[in-house]
Amino acid sequence: MTKEYNLTIDGQKIIAQEGTSILDAALENDIFIPHLCHHPDLKPEGACRLCGVEIDGGRMVMSCLSTVGEGIDVKTDSSEIRQARTIAMELLIADHHMDCLACAAANDCALLDISAYLGIQPDRLERLRPSDKGLPIDESNPFFQFDPNKCVVCGICVRTCNEIVGLGALGFINRGFKTVIGTFGNKPFTESICESCGECVVRCPVGALAPKTPKFAAREVQTTCVYCGVGCGIYLGVAGDKIVNVRADRERPTNEGSLCVKGRYGFNFINHPDRLTKPLIKKDGEFVEAEWDEALELIASKFVQSKGDKFAALASAKCTNEENYLIQKFTRAVMETNTVDHCARL
Amino acid sequence: MNDLIAYQQEAASVWEELNSNDMPLITVGNATCGRSAGSIDVVEAIQAETAEIGIDCNVIEVGCIGLCYLEPIVSIQKQGQPMVVFGNVTLKQVKKLVADYLVNDQIPPKLVIGTIGEEKIGDVPKLFELPVLKPQVRRALKRCGFIDPTSLEHYLANSGYSGLTRAFDVGPERIVEEVKLAGLRGRGGAGFPAWRKWTFCREAESDQKYLICNADEGDPGAFMNRSLIEGDPHALIEGMIITGYALGASVGYIYCRAEYPLALERLRLAIQQAEENGLLGVNILGSSFDFKIKIKEGAGAFVCGEETALIQSIEGERGMPTPRPPFPAVSGLWGKPTIINNVESLACVGLIMQNGAEWFAEYGTEKSKGTKTIALVGKVVNSGLVEVPMGISLRELIFDIGGGVPDGKKFKAVQTGGPSGGCVPEELLDIPVDYDSLNEVGTIMGSGGVVVMDESTCMVDFARYFLDFAEKESCGKCVPCRLGTKQMLTILEDIVEGRGKPEDIDLLEELGEAVMAGSLCGLGQTAPNPVLTTLRYFRDEYEAHIYEGKCPAKQCKEFITYHILDSCIGCGLCLRNCSSNAIIGEPKKLHWIEQELCHKCGVCYEVCPPKFFSVEIRTGELKEEPA
Ligand SMILES: Cc1cc2nc3c(=O)[nH]c(=O)nc-3n(C[C@H](O)[C@H](O)[C@H](O)COP(=O)(O)O)c2cc1C
Ligand code: SF4
Ligand code: SF4
Ligand code: SF4
Repeated sequence: MTKEYNLTIDGQKIIAQEGTSILDAALENDIFIPHLCHHPDLKPEGACRLCGVEIDGGRMVMSCLSTVGEGIDVKTDSSEIRQARTIAMELLIADHHMDCLACAAANDCALLDISAYLGIQPDRLERLRPSDKGLPIDESNPFFQFDPNKCVVCGICVRTCNEIVGLGALGFINRGFKTVIGTFGNKPFTESICESCGECVVRCPVGALAPKTPKFAAREVQTTCVYCGVGCGIYLGVAGDKIVNVRADRERPTNEGSLCVKGRYGFNFINHPDRLTKPLIKKDGEFVEAEWDEALELIASKFVQSKGDKFAALASAKCTNEENYLIQKFTRAVMETNTVDHCARL
Repeated sequence: MNDLIAYQQEAASVWEELNSNDMPLITVGNATCGRSAGSIDVVEAIQAETAEIGIDCNVIEVGCIGLCYLEPIVSIQKQGQPMVVFGNVTLKQVKKLVADYLVNDQIPPKLVIGTIGEEKIGDVPKLFELPVLKPQVRRALKRCGFIDPTSLEHYLANSGYSGLTRAFDVGPERIVEEVKLAGLRGRGGAGFPAWRKWTFCREAESDQKYLICNADEGDPGAFMNRSLIEGDPHALIEGMIITGYALGASVGYIYCRAEYPLALERLRLAIQQAEENGLLGVNILGSSFDFKIKIKEGAGAFVCGEETALIQSIEGERGMPTPRPPFPAVSGLWGKPTIINNVESLACVGLIMQNGAEWFAEYGTEKSKGTKTIALVGKVVNSGLVEVPMGISLRELIFDIGGGVPDGKKFKAVQTGGPSGGCVPEELLDIPVDYDSLNEVGTIMGSGGVVVMDESTCMVDFARYFLDFAEKESCGKCVPCRLGTKQMLTILEDIVEGRGKPEDIDLLEELGEAVMAGSLCGLGQTAPNPVLTTLRYFRDEYEAHIYEGKCPAKQCKEFITYHILDSCIGCGLCLRNCSSNAIIGEPKKLHWIEQELCHKCGVCYEVCPPKFFSVEIRTGELKEEPA
């Protein structure tokens, strides 16, 4: 069994498992420590330098890199800590393309959250020289865009693609102030090995990597992705009678918050005008819309004539396991053949 | 072991013969510094010339003796004579040198620097009695410039690998103990006690440990490690084998930048020689210790000299520092305990095992023992590679060894420790050169770069220059370093270009401290040093730029104007050279400069003959009020 430690953070008594970072322990207990480059799914990086805390009155350490220990006393704020965080944040804001009103991340932006937490003051910001990078936005990907002028170079996207997706489509390019995130050779996303899964997009703490259609959902419906047999847990965002976005279910053991490109972005077909909503029957060489009863009767009458080797069934990966079971059972028991397969490659 | 002893004896007689032969011995400094002064052609010319005249002689190529400003350096030893060292022997001088000295025994006075040996020749000074060399103590560099670096025999004949044999005799614990007694602190920058770092690694349980030699030497203007490798590569190899043995590491890496092709060539040959002679490989000298050395070429990023970035680079990743702990001594290369030591530190390990801890600690201060190699550059007469006892004063280093500031200019400041070192003003020149004293005044020892500045250096521009370097070399990972250095750089650019604001001085200080306190690795933690120390010692220069619209050193274009004085006789030189057509005047009449047209290139100041001295640079004139 993992050991548990008792510690205090800002006077609050906390129990945390061995190996937990102080930052995670604090966040789990509703104590906010500013952070930009930390993500619970990824290895700690220690790059943004915002999550500094004091342990037992000692030197400032990064809470994402320090793990809990028995009896330690953690302070998440002090004048020294505040000064370090304030300057780091001021530098980030002076470097950031602050077009918050038009930004896809405006309601979910770590930079704005931390500024509010620290109480960033405009007159102090005015002392700094704002940077005007004017870098081109990569809009090549159909589902998301990348705006390097908003990127805080936290590296979360890089680590996501390495650690979670296992693909390594992204990396750091250039050095110093010119450091940017990019694909191999800094090519557009669509010319790289990127699979458009969007894992990086959902983890980007700001609006640098942002979905192209940030539609706000009125409510969410928990369900299972219909694309393949993995059965990833998702939440469908619904506005009116339409599905407007998809979000992965972090609690579902099958996918633990991850999705592939189809599950995340492939929902346009639902409301697509070309989608079939009624059965079609070919009459005189032309498809003609029909009612379900007519269609099913026609199928049943043809099936009766097609038992044995004439018949083959190909099941869909979009069906559930139960549906797939029924198809093979039907094929063998009713249609009297073993010729049954499954695409499982969608 | 016996094989080595036999080989050492054989090497000793080869060396003996070379030096006492009736054939003259000619050595030519042929390290990178010599080569850039043309030494390769000089070697060929000497061979051709002596062949033509029909003199049999041994010509060998050696490393750098540190007097880089005198390259190409040629030394000639004739039978029964001390060795005579000649400097600035360019291709044109070869014929004369051979004819005068080799044939006629006449020493060309313009070329001679000094003699090496017991006896004297006329009034030629002894080389090591010269002011530039006398205060030096050459230990790590002892063989550099005297042996042929491609010859294992030369190394063996000069106590080479005797440290290794002793190391195998006394065993790992005793080696660590001696290095501790010697008080060896890392020569690569931080000055961390070598034995302590080693002990962490020795105590770490692992089936595999690594030793890495840091030969990245990314500081601009530094060449201590390069010269050592080029002049005496086996000294590093011996130090590495001993250290590997002490640590229980079976693989060593040398991380050397690809811009050091000669050093890499020397290392490859030395490794091959060591392998062929059982000094590397399995069961070295019958000790049952196995050790091999691999070379990894770096692409020349300053940050790759930082331990964790260096490890990332060897692993094939982008060279970006990673947080410590875990320290490399516990979990380093491929997650295994790894010790990283600088070239000079490892060469010192060899010296300690050759000569003992007490010998090593003879020189130095209480907490900084031994000697330190230093690249002395900038506005100093004798620039080059020097080795001094720790604790020598900056004044002795600059004025005795360095010969002071050239062209009758006044000394202004000295920067120690490379691009992230601080600068020290004249008042503090008597402080000793050791790790702790330099830290106290706000600078660092670093790897031993020393840059001298004279009165013509603008300290704000100096700070800007180094911040520009730090900003460009930052790996970009952490916020204070990536954005803080850029912000500071922009402010400094504003100040030198006339856009400084009164609140900028405090802002620079605030940012500088935040970058130092908040950065992840040593690059960011030290990058503001040039700014903070100039703010500490030369604050008036910042104020002059911002408040008075003046650059006291008369360097920043925005703040200076050129004027022609009444002493002008109208020779027209300036007029003809001015590319902006800003100079007006008739022949033989007083000229003047149309300020609106002047681009401040300074060519008029350069070309006006010294006897007239009619162009003056003024600062603080024709300048609008600061914004
Ligand atoms: C930005 C940066 C650059 C460095 N460059 C070098 C270098 O070129 N050579 C070197 O030996 N140490 C360099 N260091 C210091 C190394 O990180 C390390 O402390 C040293 O190699 C350890 O060896 P030592 O203990 O023998 O000095 C650098 C450190 C930093 C932060
Ligand atoms: S979308 Fe997926 S594959 Fe593409 S870069 Fe992001 S994480 Fe990697
Ligand atoms: S794109 Fe987003 S996740 Fe990636 S480094 Fe920039 S801010 Fe971080
Ligand atoms: S201090 Fe600078 S060089 Fe070091 S990790 Fe941070 S950004 Fe990179």
